[in-house]
Amino acid sequence: MARVTLVTGGSRGIGRAVAQRLGASGYPIAVNYTSRADAAEEVVESIRSAGGSAMAVGADVSQVDAVAAMFETVEAELGPVEVLVNNAGITRDGLLLRMGEDDWDRVISVNLKSVYLCSKAALRSMIRSRWGRIVSIGSVSGLSGNPGQANYAASKAGVIGFSKSLAKEVGSRGVTVNVVAPGFIATDMTEELGEAAVNAASESTSVGRLGTPGEVASAVEYLAADDASYITGQVLVVDGGLAL
Amino acid sequence: MDRADIESKMTDLLVSELGLEKEKINPGASFEADLEVDSLGVVELLMALEDEFDVKIPDEEAEELVTVGQAIDLVEQKLAG
Repeated sequence: MARVTLVTGGSRGIGRAVAQRLGASGYPIAVNYTSRADAAEEVVESIRSAGGSAMAVGADVSQVDAVAAMFETVEAELGPVEVLVNNAGITRDGLLLRMGEDDWDRVISVNLKSVYLCSKAALRSMIRSRWGRIVSIGSVSGLSGNPGQANYAASKAGVIGFSKSLAKEVGSRGVTVNVVAPGFIATDMTEELGEAAVNAASESTSVGRLGTPGEVASAVEYLAADDASYITGQVLVVDGGLAL
Repeated sequence: MDRADIESKMTDLLVSELGLEKEKINPGASFEADLEVDSLGVVELLMALEDEFDVKIPDEEAEELVTVGQAIDLVEQKLAG
């Protein structure tokens, strides 16, 4: 299994776990980061020391030129991207009445436009080789909404509509397009919520705790594998049975 | 490169990239009606043409392509600069 994999926003959180898990399974990994070069290098080192191959590549994935340059760099070093994991994402939470235009634009740009840009850049070689996997990280927010996250939920719901459409466009060429939608996962992003919110979140799941980034990564790995060739346009929810 | 060279390379690409039968390919053939190439197949052909001939084909010009002959015209025009 040596499918070249690009993980956007791979320096921490879920992206880091995805990079490490696929790296450990033998996928050569490109770890994309925006500003945290040191954190990305750490992920690269951890993959290498576990026997895998990896590289770090900096790029703001919401910018078309940066994305083009990133794909060129990865292709030159590892080969054409065969598995794309659209993970890069940010939050700018706030009630809509208090949500500034910049908070809206930035979240849509980083979380949704990046998926368009990176998927488009990856597709050319995937279609030509008649094999490809695009797995985007969504969120249960994008399915059920969340107060204070109109921008984030809209971006993640957008990723789902995008993925279903693209799945229909490229299914006949051996390229699958899916979404993994995590619920409450213990990352920096959820840590910002505070202890009370974390406890409430844990209790709202059936499993009774937050998920781990590794539990999301295993779902991504499944969808990236050859075995998942007949699964496309799907949203795999990884939320510990939230609000069942 | 003359028109016959372009046509010959185009035919090779249609066979190698899209798996078409060589005998069916002629300048008058329509991609969708005669050759059963779907819209994504036309896009694939354009990408292959761009790589093969080292030209850029803008999306709006690509949308107007119906026949093999039109694709040959387009490449000829791009190569002429």
